[in-house]
Amino acid sequence: MIDLIASLTPDAIVRHAPVLIVALPLILAPIAAIIPSGRAAWSISLIAALFVGWMALILFGQVAEHGVIEYAMGGWQAPLGIVYRVDALNLQVLALIGTIGLLCVFYALPTVSDEIDGKQQPLFYSAFLICFAGLLGVTITGDAFNVFVFVEISSLATYALIAMGAGKDRRALTASYNYLVLGTIGATFFVIGVGFLYMATGTLNMADMASILAENGHNRVTQAAFAFIVVGLGLKAAMFPLHVWLPNAYATAPSFVTAFLASTATKVAFYALIRFIYGVYHPEGAGFVMMAFTWVFAVVGVIGMLFASLQAVFQTDPRRLLAYSSVAQVGYMMLGLGLGNVAGLAAALLHLVNHAIMKGTLFMALGAFGLKFGIRRISDLNGLGRTMPAAAIAFTVAGISLVGVPLTIGFTSKWYLILAVLERGWWWAVAAVIISSLLALAYIARMLAAIWMEEAPKRDGKPVQSTRAPWMVLAPMSLLAFANVYFFFNADPLVSLAQRAAAAVMVGH
Amino acid sequence: MLEIISERFVYIPIIILMMTGLYVVISTGNLVKRMVGLSLFQTSVCLMYIAVAKVFGGTPPILPEAHGDTASDGSDHSGGADHTVVQTDHGSQIVEMASDHGADSGHGTEAVSHVADAAHAALYSNPLPHVLILTAIVVGVATLAVGLALVVRIREAYGTIEDDALNAADYSVETGGTE
Amino acid sequence: MYSPEVSLALALAIPAFGGALVALLGSRPNVREAVTLIAGVLLVFNVAHLVEIAHSNPTLTLATLAPGLELTFKLEPLGALFAAVASGLWVVNSLYSIGYMRGNKEKNQTRFYVSFCIAIMSAMGVALSGNLLTLFVFYEVLTLSTFPLVTHKGDAKAKRGGRIYLTILLGTSIGLLLPAVIATHFLAGSTDFVAGGLLALNDVTPAIAGVLLVMFAFGIGKAALMPIHPWLPNAMVAPTPVSAFLHAVAVVKAGVFSILKVGTYIFGPAMIAAVPTSEPLAWIAGISIVLASVIALTKDNLKERLAFSTISQLSYVTLAVMLGSPLALLGGALQIVMHAWGKITLFMSAGAIYTATKFTNVSQMRGLGHHMPWLFIAYTLGALSIIGLPPLGGAWPKLFLIQGAWDAGHGILIIALIASSLLNVAYLLPLPIKGFFEPAETVALKKPAPMMVILPPVITAAGVLILFFLIGPLRDYLMPVFELTPSAGVSL
Repeated sequence: MIDLIASLTPDAIVRHAPVLIVALPLILAPIAAIIPSGRAAWSISLIAALFVGWMALILFGQVAEHGVIEYAMGGWQAPLGIVYRVDALNLQVLALIGTIGLLCVFYALPTVSDEIDGKQQPLFYSAFLICFAGLLGVTITGDAFNVFVFVEISSLATYALIAMGAGKDRRALTASYNYLVLGTIGATFFVIGVGFLYMATGTLNMADMASILAENGHNRVTQAAFAFIVVGLGLKAAMFPLHVWLPNAYATAPSFVTAFLASTATKVAFYALIRFIYGVYHPEGAGFVMMAFTWVFAVVGVIGMLFASLQAVFQTDPRRLLAYSSVAQVGYMMLGLGLGNVAGLAAALLHLVNHAIMKGTLFMALGAFGLKFGIRRISDLNGLGRTMPAAAIAFTVAGISLVGVPLTIGFTSKWYLILAVLERGWWWAVAAVIISSLLALAYIARMLAAIWMEEAPKRDGKPVQSTRAPWMVLAPMSLLAFANVYFFFNADPLVSLAQRAAAAVMVGH
Repeated sequence: MLEIISERFVYIPIIILMMTGLYVVISTGNLVKRMVGLSLFQTSVCLMYIAVAKVFGGTPPILPEAHGDTASDGSDHSGGADHTVVQTDHGSQIVEMASDHGADSGHGTEAVSHVADAAHAALYSNPLPHVLILTAIVVGVATLAVGLALVVRIREAYGTIEDDALNAADYSVETGGTE
Repeated sequence: MYSPEVSLALALAIPAFGGALVALLGSRPNVREAVTLIAGVLLVFNVAHLVEIAHSNPTLTLATLAPGLELTFKLEPLGALFAAVASGLWVVNSLYSIGYMRGNKEKNQTRFYVSFCIAIMSAMGVALSGNLLTLFVFYEVLTLSTFPLVTHKGDAKAKRGGRIYLTILLGTSIGLLLPAVIATHFLAGSTDFVAGGLLALNDVTPAIAGVLLVMFAFGIGKAALMPIHPWLPNAMVAPTPVSAFLHAVAVVKAGVFSILKVGTYIFGPAMIAAVPTSEPLAWIAGISIVLASVIALTKDNLKERLAFSTISQLSYVTLAVMLGSPLALLGGALQIVMHAWGKITLFMSAGAIYTATKFTNVSQMRGLGHHMPWLFIAYTLGALSIIGLPPLGGAWPKLFLIQGAWDAGHGILIIALIASSLLNVAYLLPLPIKGFFEPAETVALKKPAPMMVILPPVITAAGVLILFFLIGPLRDYLMPVFELTPSAGVSL
């Protein structure tokens, strides 16, 4: 099918796909901003999302054929020019962002109309397109400073998007402000790191940096750069203890924004972290990087997964609960990264995709609930199994997937992660993963109990009628819920994608 | 020792600004002041990059007319001319990579390997960091703008821009009826 | 007739389709009940065929999740036997359920019957599983599908019982069983059930195998080894057909069957004997046996008494596995069969009594034997089987276990077995004794119990009697599994 699409596409577009995938949403953003109607702005977002999906498919085919694609902006070749580089690693992330973006755009129409004032909707969609373009840019670029630029592009748009939740909950404003401060500090740390790397190597092209560092070895400048980069990107990826911005931001943002960000933003930052660690620094040659694996990433991952899961158990707001759960899941990915072996990295990348699917479903379902009934506390979920069965089932499937019950992709993730940990012989880490799974059981069970085993409260003195969310909400949510189960039985595509991505990065230098 | 200070004196104000900015962000309770601190912090980074760009004895990176070699339009963000290559190479051929002081590409004056081209024996300051900083400045301005816009909206919604009052207002919402 | 693979697939398909049909026919109760019974009978025929072909070990790959991760079925005599017990008793239990649910006018019957179908399907999955991954998947589905059955009544007590049920079973399976399965995969490269023991064949050190054994023993929470047992008595809030099902047919038997299968095909009796933790575990099983019986003595509520009796009887199988002797393993396998038939008789009797009199406590049931003679006779036969007296089937597992314990050098655990028998007498027999020997005027029936709740226990009681005489074929069937020669053990 991919070949068919590729053959139907004009050659000019195929050649420029790497840049078009970022450029088109970016160009459409101001157009969306000036259009007066919210619906029209939404359709522009839809066009952008479809186009991005199309480009992602083309890139898929290209990478399958050629292995690595490099695109020199403006014809200026590396190491002088900015180069966009697609290999198995960022292909996976690109595909993820494209798919999630498309599904979320469908989800957006009813929820945004409900939550955001009509006059602000065009600007809202415009901000979304900028964020979308920014995330895609981070993923596809091969230039270190360009990463910073796109990170900031997407972040600034994110701050605005989160703040739009103030219509329903004014705490979105303070959440967004805090995220702005922390995020800017993080990005600035990152750019300091890039600056140090530039001082040490004289180039900004990541592949070029790698070869120069390999030749010349490391010194304190590059080590300092590593530290700054890890802290900077770690903050964006919600690595413990730099995660404090996330719970409030996800809990108060509009549901479309939460669903989209929870599935993409931290994943992209994690990808960027992997890219720098493996694509610029060579862990085998750099002792301090190997040390960082064990003493920074693994430790932070384990503490994060335990601490955040524990905090999630005590939350009363379902969205904050799931936000803390996201921090815990990032902990799993950090542990996978910190193992330092191919299996660990592959497990982390597999979990990256699986978690996006799981959390996407959960937040979409919560948003569907919120569309009809306001959801502030877990008790607001009472009885929704009867009144909104479709969304409740999607929520349940994704919930048990999060816990790691077999027949869902959450189980597959845990399986590969624990196998990878066993390869390193870290029994304590296995115990941590198991304990956090049990904690996940605790907080998911609380919500599921409310949904299925409690009576729906009477609203305005009348029992609640069974109701259905609009199909634009149900369709993407159900598709993601189905994906939770489908990719358990057909795990091979995702698993091999992750393994190839890990191999491409670790082995192929 | 004195050498180190004389060569790297510029880092002292950079670090002072950076830490001041961070300290302001952390310690202040006023949202606008926090944005000020953030801006300070970002500005210091700009300074850092520019400090790197300076080459002692280098001229501004403008090609004189007479040389008929391929001068680029220079509009490309990564610079275009071979001369810039010279400068960046010069940066990258850090002979003192192994030194503990850390390498500063801009300051390795004596180690400058005046690469090959006799006709282009002129030494140029590095224009690349300047271009990077233009981008970073724009980012900083945009961040400041968004931040201040948020502060305005917070003021509208809460009536205050003091951190303590805001926390109290948010926290009381959460504790209103805990499970 | 049809190929082995089709037979294996049908074992899952029949209850699955049955469940779907039942869900669709919810509005027509008689047709719905007929579907359940027909599905049950079809399943019995299918399993009978499977029992025949078990010795050739046919396999079926259900799904390939990823390279190296497969859901497979591999038929072998132990699994075939468990499947036979489960499917046979499902039919009996379904008959009983119809009588009970209608007699007590219970609500949500469609949900009830659908959950039963899915639960039987998962029990089949456990029985036929070819590797630990498949076992684990179906084990979890069993937990989830029986949850609506436990919380059927929907009141606060039912919800509480359901919560404890899920917490303990999911907690142990995710916390202990899953890491044990993954560790096995890591150590051995796969999780296949292999004759002689997968870990033994892969030269796993006794220390590591010992840790794994402990994780399996407590991770398989459905085997109710103390202290993982509380879910069982708390699940008594369910209607009696569910309790009969949980305690005889599917859930607990799936638990001890899993332990037996893991012991036989993942560890192997030789490795278990060599491992340092099997002895402490055998002692824990022995203590479970006695302690649970003692607690049963103190319970007046009949179902709770029977629940603790079950915990005690299940630990027989765990003990059998931990002794590390093939003869004991044979005893354990026989215990699965005999206890199933015996216990279901007892539970169904309890439910019949409840349907007729609304009595739940033993102290209320004095003199009842005169009004329900057939039922009390059935109960007595079941009780005698559990106690272990010939000519009831339950005598054989005890015998083999005692011999196996002696062979393995753990003679002292024989005391536990004997003590358990004595305690069984003490807590099981008062009911029929008081029922028959107290005057009939002590109690009066509210209404006569419907035939559909009297007949099934009578059938299973007769089964217990017949099984005693079937020991020859049963032993011959199972001997190859445990590598026993005809001359080994108790000569017949």
